[in-house]
Amino acid sequence: MVQLAGMPTLEPAKGAHDQHMVINMGPQHPATHGVLRLVLEIDGEIIVRVYPEIGYLHTGIEKTCEAKFYQQVVPLTDRINYLDPLSNNLCYALAVEKLLDLEIPAKAQWMRVLLAELSRLNSHLIWLGTHAMDIGALTVFLYTFREREEILRLFEDISGQRMMTSYIRIGGLAMEPPLDFLPRVRAFIQTLPEKIDEYANLLTGNPIFRNRLKGVGYLSAADAIALGVTGPPLRASGVDFDLRRDMPYSGYENFQFQVPISNDCDCWARYEIRLIEMRESVKIIQQALDGMPEGAVKADAPKIVLPDREKMKTQMEELIHNFKIVPEGFEVPAGEVYQGIEAGHGQTGYYVVSDGTAKPYRVHMRYPSFPTLQALETMCKGRMIADLVAVIGSIDIVLGEIDR
Amino acid sequence: MTEAFRPTLADKASVLEGLPDHPAIKAILAWNPAALEDARFDRNELTLAIAAGKIREACATVQAAGYNFFEDMTAVDWYPAVPRFQLSYHILSHAFKERIRLRVMVDEADPIAESITPIWAGANYYEREVFDLFGVRFEAHPDMRRIMMPDDWVGHPLRKDYPVEGYR
Repeated sequence: MVQLAGMPTLEPAKGAHDQHMVINMGPQHPATHGVLRLVLEIDGEIIVRVYPEIGYLHTGIEKTCEAKFYQQVVPLTDRINYLDPLSNNLCYALAVEKLLDLEIPAKAQWMRVLLAELSRLNSHLIWLGTHAMDIGALTVFLYTFREREEILRLFEDISGQRMMTSYIRIGGLAMEPPLDFLPRVRAFIQTLPEKIDEYANLLTGNPIFRNRLKGVGYLSAADAIALGVTGPPLRASGVDFDLRRDMPYSGYENFQFQVPISNDCDCWARYEIRLIEMRESVKIIQQALDGMPEGAVKADAPKIVLPDREKMKTQMEELIHNFKIVPEGFEVPAGEVYQGIEAGHGQTGYYVVSDGTAKPYRVHMRYPSFPTLQALETMCKGRMIADLVAVIGSIDIVLGEIDR
Repeated sequence: MTEAFRPTLADKASVLEGLPDHPAIKAILAWNPAALEDARFDRNELTLAIAAGKIREACATVQAAGYNFFEDMTAVDWYPAVPRFQLSYHILSHAFKERIRLRVMVDEADPIAESITPIWAGANYYEREVFDLFGVRFEAHPDMRRIMMPDDWVGHPLRKDYPVEGYR
């Protein structure tokens, strides 16, 4: 047994044959979607144990948050899950608003729902492209990135940034969306369902893709719950739970959508569920566009929300508020809150503890990929190494949110 | 703000009076009334403070009462207060569509708590993370090693006496 530097000592299981081998996969393996390192104990090509070794992207974001004002934490949240940035902004903003007991105007809430769903589409499109590419269907990647590009352009339109948007702020949105934003979103989602049909045409009937996913990566409902798996993998294991429907936030109770469930518990079920979720997201965005209320996109809380630039330049009061908020922050009442949302990868949660000052005492992020990674061994035990690649793709992990 | 804020119930007596039919509180009182040290209902979130050394049994009790999903677990360092570390467990019920928080305090002199991995295997990484970043050990944990920092790292970065930047 070769011992690489830094590799955990993985003694082969008791009574194992001599031919058990410990090999290293990653952290720079193209199929690990980032810097995930797996130490595999294998018997021939059969996986006996999987040991994920994480922490290569650990940047101490939770520690950094403690040294920042509440509003300065928003840009940090984008960088945790860079594929689903607006969901992170939303979750953090909701948590702090709960601490502040802040009322958010209806238009801001509906815009948040619209943006969170666009962000989910962004995340699912990347998942579909990279997952299919791992299996060997390279074409789909180019198709999904074509649509993702349009979503990134929409993000750039509203926030000036393609990925690190920081558009959802404490108390509402950063600014009014540009006039052409909603028509552009409408045009985009009108074409999206046929694009999803196009992906399904390329993959659903593809015998290689089917055989690589069907019956692979079995995760029972009991295991999924015990291991803390959430989001599409949980629903693919037959657990009917979606925070958007069951514990609604940000006005999700006003929207009608289906929550897809499957009892197949395999990679194929996860693929099918995410495709249906993309179609449901389109429906939610359509409803948000049709029923978009009029009004402000920021809460009426001048001591918390930054003033409009225009008003700041013309009105004394607003200028004073700007000078108070930027260098001193705003005080948040002491207490602790946990806010969970259903992000693209699963349940995201922010646990924010305030001691009454302008800086958070503790910010903890629960990100879905972190517990889902624990389920990898359960799903891969006794299967081939090639199945491991399919399973990593199907659980859709982002290493940025695992390591934080 | 999807639901109206209900008033804060600041201590154990008012929570017991205000939420007499709450399944988690009922289950814990039926199991061991002395283990429930304090309770608080604030911003629509229920926090139950559990006596030190009782957290594993408390988790088993709420699990049996319908709180089936372990969602999150972390620590807060209240340095220089005594006891120093607060462990917060967030447990979700798929049936009641509700979340509770269990809290247990851990002393700095011998920072050790019970592992809840026998009840929810998913707590494994979370407890390793708390061990790595706060230095709280967990009894009977299957793999108590650092998870984020290198194995030979000195110190626990999320402690309040560990600087945000510069040298230790």
